[in-house]
Amino acid sequence: MTQYLKSREAILLGAILALLAMIATRFPAFVSPGNLLNVFNDTAPLIILALGQTVVILTRCIDLSVAANLALTGMVVAMLNAAAPGVPIAVILVLAVSLGAILGAINGVLVWKLSIPPIVVTLGTMTVFRGLIFVISGGEWVNAHEMSAAFTGFPRSVVLGLPMLSWIALGIAALFLLLVFRTPLGRAFYAVGGNPHAAVYTGIVVGRTQFWAFVLSGALAGLTGYLWVARYAVAYVDIAAGFELEVVAACVIGGISIAGGAGTLVGTILGALFLGIVKNALPVVDISPFWQLAISGSAIIVAVTFNVRQNRRRGRIILKRAEGHA
Amino acid sequence: MMRRRNFTGLAAGLGLAASLLGTSALAQDDPVRIALVVKALGIGFFEAAAEGAEQAAEELGNVEVIYTGPTDTTAEGQIEVINSLIAQQVDAIAVSANDTDALVPALKRAMQRGITVISWDSGVAPEGRELHLNPSSNPLIGNMIIKLAADHLPDGGQVAVLSATTTATNQNTWIAEMEKVMDNYPGIEVVSTVYGDDLADKSYREAQGLMQSHPDLDAIIAPTSVGIVAAARAVEDAGKIGQVNVTGLGLPSEMAGAIESGASKSFAIWNPIDLGYSATYLAYMLATDQAEAGPGAEVPMGRMGTLTLDENSEGAMADPFVYDASNIADFKDIF
Repeated sequence: MTQYLKSREAILLGAILALLAMIATRFPAFVSPGNLLNVFNDTAPLIILALGQTVVILTRCIDLSVAANLALTGMVVAMLNAAAPGVPIAVILVLAVSLGAILGAINGVLVWKLSIPPIVVTLGTMTVFRGLIFVISGGEWVNAHEMSAAFTGFPRSVVLGLPMLSWIALGIAALFLLLVFRTPLGRAFYAVGGNPHAAVYTGIVVGRTQFWAFVLSGALAGLTGYLWVARYAVAYVDIAAGFELEVVAACVIGGISIAGGAGTLVGTILGALFLGIVKNALPVVDISPFWQLAISGSAIIVAVTFNVRQNRRRGRIILKRAEGHA
Repeated sequence: MMRRRNFTGLAAGLGLAASLLGTSALAQDDPVRIALVVKALGIGFFEAAAEGAEQAAEELGNVEVIYTGPTDTTAEGQIEVINSLIAQQVDAIAVSANDTDALVPALKRAMQRGITVISWDSGVAPEGRELHLNPSSNPLIGNMIIKLAADHLPDGGQVAVLSATTTATNQNTWIAEMEKVMDNYPGIEVVSTVYGDDLADKSYREAQGLMQSHPDLDAIIAPTSVGIVAAARAVEDAGKIGQVNVTGLGLPSEMAGAIESGASKSFAIWNPIDLGYSATYLAYMLATDQAEAGPGAEVPMGRMGTLTLDENSEGAMADPFVYDASNIADFKDIF
């Protein structure tokens, strides 16, 4: 029990509750259930992307191209909708996920077959994707009145009291939990990140596992691309600029080790929620915009400090256990 | 690189030849040829300006408008275009510049050959043109954004400003100008100024925050095109259409949806048709020596009144043009 209370997730949950309590003293309406659901809905894109990023980081890689992938896929589906408003949403969803997966696969192949460091690959593709948006759109915006009502309406349509956007985030979280705990690929993500050499001896192809992590991350970025464009009813070159850093921050706050192989999906979700609450609370608690940046940044550093201390302790424990067995 | 240098040399050579031949060949009845050089071809805003230029040409008679520009928004492309216009010995060049300084040498060469040069929309450094036509001025914009909100609040009310970044020069100047004229709008109270950083998601969140922390808010003023669209979307999603009016500066194509839904009753931006009209009219007045540019000078510009130049030979055309449900359909496909 004490073990559980000391866990990364429990501490993070405590931090989130403390944060909410602090916000409530300044702006009580923030913690009303209705508003908390709004905050969750607003954080849904971050949760989806962070889950994809988590499996990538677990395999000792990083995907900096997620925001650009999101923007490119978003622009493609927005332009498709503007040109052919009759295309059903189901087709658009499939297209967004597939296109995102293909873009992710490009990252994956470069990392797997050419053994280029992932940070370099995804920095490159990030720029390429942003450039492509400009090429296909000519720098023009796709605006609200050019999109069909069904296109912009889907993420905000309410089912059982929750907007579709929130349901999608919940659904993907459930799928990912199943994937990571119940499938060989899911376990391989941890094995590859934990000890690549040992993973090879158990018959896991490290590069292929990393490839699939990038495909998953890309597919989710593509899906989020459609959701994002539909939610804000606008598509242009710079949408979600810099969002990849927020996604990585959510993972890191959630306890995913940048060195790979350690961390849980629940941690990632809590990390994303923590950032989402901070982002949504700052506008209403009436803090100078100059302080807002400093506060967001400090929250990340505090969380990472925790993370490092936590990991160090765990490293020692594992060693002791190993000695005990021997 | 080599190719370009050769071409420039060739164009300059041609220009010289043309100017030697041209002066004597220019007969009294030839139309006044005014080149409207834009940042790049194929941009709706500039196509609309060209339409305005044609209107001016029609009104003035005896004017031929040459609408031209590079295919991408580069200073190099514009320099090539200007060199070829010098070669064609046009009477006037009215340019919306891609770079303040890079065009100066080419434009100076044009002026040395007797071509009238003015800049409009996006200016050229003073030594490279005779006058610059601004679409509007900071005081006019500052007044307009608060007027847009106040016009729909006859009994006064609370308004908030959603700006771009905290350091955005344009927005900060406009907000400062707005605050100077607040005395003219009794009963209107600016309750907060927030910053959306010109990001759709952050602006959306800030607009949501404004509506939460000020439940009696009547209007959001967003003097930025990203912010105004995001704020309108936030108002629609919050179900506050009719309660909170989103206004400010935006483009008709981007705001058509918000006007249609009622989230925005009206907004403003310069009218490109008027801008093209005025630029052409001014160029004509200078090229035909009916007016002279210089600090303090007043140059007539037809239906848009008179342009008064400041110490930098710059002038402001008019108040930003107001778009609402009555005229949005005419403009949403233009820019």
